[in-house]
Amino acid sequence: MGVTVSMTVNGARVSADLDPRTLLVQFLREHLRLTGTHVGCDTGQCGACTVHVGGRAVKSCLILAAQAEGAEVMTIEGVSRDGELHPMQAAFRDHHGLQCGFCTPGMVMNAIELAQKHPNPSEETVRAGLDGNYCRCTGYHNIVKAVQAGAAAMKR
Amino acid sequence: MNAPLIGTSVKRKEDYRFLTGGGQYTDDVMLPGQTCACFLRSPHAHARIRSVDTEKARSAPGVVAIFTGDDLAKAKVGGLPCGWLITGVNGQPMKEPPHPPLAQGKVRYVGDHVAVVIAETLNQAKDAAELIEVDYEALPAVVKVADARKPGAPAVHDIAPDNTCYVWALGDKAAVDKAFASAQHVTALEFINNRLIPNAIEPRAAVASYSRSDDSYTLYVTSQNPHVARLLMTAFVLGLPEHKVRVIAPDVGGGFGSKIYLYAEEVVITWASKQINRPVKWTAERSESFMSDAHGRDHLTKAELALDRNGKFLAMRVTTTANMGAYLSTFASCIPTILYATLLAGQYTTPAIYCEVTAVFTNTAPVDAYRGAGRPEATYVVERLVDTAARELGMDRSEIRRRNFIKEFPYQTPVALLYDTGNYDATLTEALKLADVAGFEARRQEAEKRGKLRGLGYSTYIEACGIAPSNVAGSLGARAGLFEAGEIRVHPTGTVTVFTGSHSHGQGHETTFAQVVADRLGIPLENVDIVHGDTGRILFGMGTYGSRSIAVGGTAIMKALDKIVAKGKKIAAHLLEAAEADIEYDRGTFRVAGTDRKKTIAEVAFAAYVPHNYPLDKLEPGLNESAFYDPTNFTFPAGSHLCEVEIDPETGHTRIVNFTAVDDFGKVINPMIVEGQVHGGLAQGIGQALLEACVYDPESGQLLTGTYMDYALPRADDLPSFKVGTQETPCTHNPLGVKGCGEAGAIGAPAAVINAIVDALAPLGVRDVEMPATPERVWRAIRAAKAKK
Amino acid sequence: MHAFSYHRPATLKEAVSLLRKVENAKLLAGGQSLIPVLKLRLASPAAMIDLGAIEEMRGIKLEGETLTIGALTRHAEVAASKDVAIGIPALARLADGIGDRQVRNQGTLGGALANNDPAADYPAAVLGLGATVNTNKRAIGADRFFTGLFETVLKPGEIITSVAFPLANRAAYAKFRNPASRFAIVGVFVSEAAGNVRVAVTGAAPCVFRVKAMERKLAEKFAPDSIARVRVPPDNLSSDIHASAEYRAHLVTVMAQRAVEAALASK
Repeated sequence: MGVTVSMTVNGARVSADLDPRTLLVQFLREHLRLTGTHVGCDTGQCGACTVHVGGRAVKSCLILAAQAEGAEVMTIEGVSRDGELHPMQAAFRDHHGLQCGFCTPGMVMNAIELAQKHPNPSEETVRAGLDGNYCRCTGYHNIVKAVQAGAAAMKR
Repeated sequence: MNAPLIGTSVKRKEDYRFLTGGGQYTDDVMLPGQTCACFLRSPHAHARIRSVDTEKARSAPGVVAIFTGDDLAKAKVGGLPCGWLITGVNGQPMKEPPHPPLAQGKVRYVGDHVAVVIAETLNQAKDAAELIEVDYEALPAVVKVADARKPGAPAVHDIAPDNTCYVWALGDKAAVDKAFASAQHVTALEFINNRLIPNAIEPRAAVASYSRSDDSYTLYVTSQNPHVARLLMTAFVLGLPEHKVRVIAPDVGGGFGSKIYLYAEEVVITWASKQINRPVKWTAERSESFMSDAHGRDHLTKAELALDRNGKFLAMRVTTTANMGAYLSTFASCIPTILYATLLAGQYTTPAIYCEVTAVFTNTAPVDAYRGAGRPEATYVVERLVDTAARELGMDRSEIRRRNFIKEFPYQTPVALLYDTGNYDATLTEALKLADVAGFEARRQEAEKRGKLRGLGYSTYIEACGIAPSNVAGSLGARAGLFEAGEIRVHPTGTVTVFTGSHSHGQGHETTFAQVVADRLGIPLENVDIVHGDTGRILFGMGTYGSRSIAVGGTAIMKALDKIVAKGKKIAAHLLEAAEADIEYDRGTFRVAGTDRKKTIAEVAFAAYVPHNYPLDKLEPGLNESAFYDPTNFTFPAGSHLCEVEIDPETGHTRIVNFTAVDDFGKVINPMIVEGQVHGGLAQGIGQALLEACVYDPESGQLLTGTYMDYALPRADDLPSFKVGTQETPCTHNPLGVKGCGEAGAIGAPAAVINAIVDALAPLGVRDVEMPATPERVWRAIRAAKAKK
Repeated sequence: MHAFSYHRPATLKEAVSLLRKVENAKLLAGGQSLIPVLKLRLASPAAMIDLGAIEEMRGIKLEGETLTIGALTRHAEVAASKDVAIGIPALARLADGIGDRQVRNQGTLGGALANNDPAADYPAAVLGLGATVNTNKRAIGADRFFTGLFETVLKPGEIITSVAFPLANRAAYAKFRNPASRFAIVGVFVSEAAGNVRVAVTGAAPCVFRVKAMERKLAEKFAPDSIARVRVPPDNLSSDIHASAEYRAHLVTVMAQRAVEAALASK
């Protein structure tokens, strides 16, 4: 028994008939082939699957695709415009805020929303605000710097 | 034409694709007709398999095939091999029990592989796996290292009734015993080096396909060393012709050792892809990663340091029992031996060292190298002993170190290594400055006013990278070479593709290696691309582990570059009508010495591929060279790590308020990337010291830390910003003068953290706190110390 | 996940009727606890009734001495709400410490209460403030609502619609986090309203509970020292790889004192 799901992903209207147990992340990766959104765990801690749903950073492995019915969804693929990096993406590159790149899309998606809510975040705010994202490579040191710089750049 | 690139923080070439979702990781691969695999795993730590009934599961919707251990046995699929043969003190080779990819007769840890279900979708595979009926006869399990050799402990393998894989030793026991007998002071400690689960954020994954048209296989896999995976899989497990198998390790999301090894899943699906003649994909769920990735550490150690009254080290005696888990993983046996006992000299002139290591089997997941691999364990032993000894002798902790530092190089340690170079005084001096140790007492007093306990911990570590040379390793039991290969392809227009056997899974080789090549050839960085991770494109490779990539892989590239320049000179000499000996090469230009007659490398390359005006009688066309490099020695990075903690005595919670690392990695190619490697290593080292522990139920062998709900991986707010500095004492035996930096943080940090905690609690009478120093452990240590007073 | 059918009612009425009609159905609010359980195949409802489209169950209202929060209000909304900040600032801070950012952006008050995880934060606030849980059928006092490990007094067919929190004179929540899950190893919510003190503890036992001995002492004098010697007996507390019962018992006193200190600092 399928369920018909429609939403807007990175500005494009999409619709599909899905097994109801399809997670949003599975829909994005397997149906839409937007493989920039990653899966790093099965209990919702790692945050590699973070996308924006209705402007909120959420873990796409912790919601069903059907729950995003009618929503505006943005993934890492929708962040940059015409090949130009978004200021947050550019800040991650400039501050070496990524190594293996696996946690990076989720990290950037969370950071963008964090910066929208805290335009001038302190180190403490950034560290606390990354509590939903694991990175095993960077020790977070440069990610924190990148998010602060990215937030500053987003204001410009 | 170009400013030097070596030594500059060039932004990474790989970042654009990772930042825009363009990375191609194994799970992103989707092949036409692809099926999905799910492994049925053992719920028991130890059980006999009476029967496996797959009938119901076979008829479940979407099921394509189901295979069990019996099917693999019938097909004569071999076991997973171990790549290092350790010979014990009794002259006997280690016990090597069979390691079938799917269990045969018995399961030996929770998560052991029982069957594979292949279906059209993953949900169908998982649904069907639940329908497989396995009749288990549960057996008693042995779980803890300390229990493995107790009389009456259940035997994990029949061939090792006392669960002993080997008893191995290094050093002069008689000399050590003699030194201890007459020593004025002996410091002794016992500790557990806690078992860890590596937790690369990308779970392991594999996609295998078979082509009937040419009887060939392609395997995409999350590997740090695809050539090694191919060699082991074809030669030892599946018996396939090596040239018919292509292994691709595309973008890999972190490894930390856990992706070095050949695992059951990739072997089984490669084999299965031919049986069903369709591609098969398997991606670990995190719960599977916890259960079945090779774990790290898990040592039980008794260590003693003999000193004279001036704090001079006389001898060290170490007895370690190391957990191998239920089976020998690919390099399991060499970690607590070759990569551990050899490091016990540390940065010190300790004249006599003896280390005995007993490796045991238990009903737990296999244990193998995890970032640092033996060296963090050794550093923990040495640096905990040194800090404790200083306290016992009332000596300053820098002073006791300086008094024992090795100052003359090369230095032959009593545990087999020959250090080529180092300057330990300099890193310590710099670290003391950077950490503002002079101001510590004031900070401690200020914290005390707030009811908090501050402590400062030292750790001056040594590391041995780029394990080598192959013939020596071979004599010590290595079953593989330890060289690296590189190939430089200068295209007709002068752009360059580099093929390296090293593999990048976060280390930034695509940038660092390109810096080396662009710098040496004097061409723009954007004209150089690095290709890695594909047996179909790269001549050979031993891969990335043990912080070896720049020292070994980078040198192979340098050797190939030498050949390019040498051939380029011949071509330029012809074009410029000069003698080869008169041609100089500098920054992209071949020039007749002392003249302005010159040819750019692009002109030379063009001539090599359009050889109209070319010495065809003496020289082959083309400009493509490769090299293999086998190092003459390890490299020896070293450094000083200083950790400052603040403890809340009411809760026992420890906060790291400062962490300073000054490391000597020799020549640094890209400081930004090197600092990033240090940060990451520190986070893992701090994680080991404060947060991370793999816990099995000691009776049932159930994994109690099987998800991120229970295994505490460090988050951003668990860690401070780090103060990082470097000293450059170039390695003496490779052309770049590089040593390697990938593991340093994880090696130095744990001892620094625990030494800091003990320093904070020492006034209360606390002498040791077990890792991870959880709030409850610290609280209990405080309480026990207070009760004693 | 096992297979299930999916329903997305637009109104509470529709949800109630579906819940009555569909067998073995489970309500889905934010799903931040439920989805992982389904993914690990630890539960297998035949149907999911997604409450996400029911607008009438959202929103925050501050009226008189009561702060009413719709069951589907997300943690992040509570944390950022001006009304909550004015009415019960401790509740905003508690909400801001639940799970992680992304979970707070999706998880809901009603979902958290219905699940009654022994280490969840919201039950401490509901019990610690003496709130009233409103359902489609009745109003349930906090002291009756939580009945055990993952258990509440909710009956089949009953849906939490909102929670009414009485304003407190002063209140605070002090949480000692589990380093892995970020749930509470021990969390203590303390409130004082017109001399009436409540102390509610989460994380320490299979279900949130009040510490009456502390409440009495604090009613006499609302100060950390008043409860420095009040110990919760460890016998009924949880013991696991993260903390022994003995350590949890110790933390209850420490965290309760810190909550009192914070409550005093807030007013």
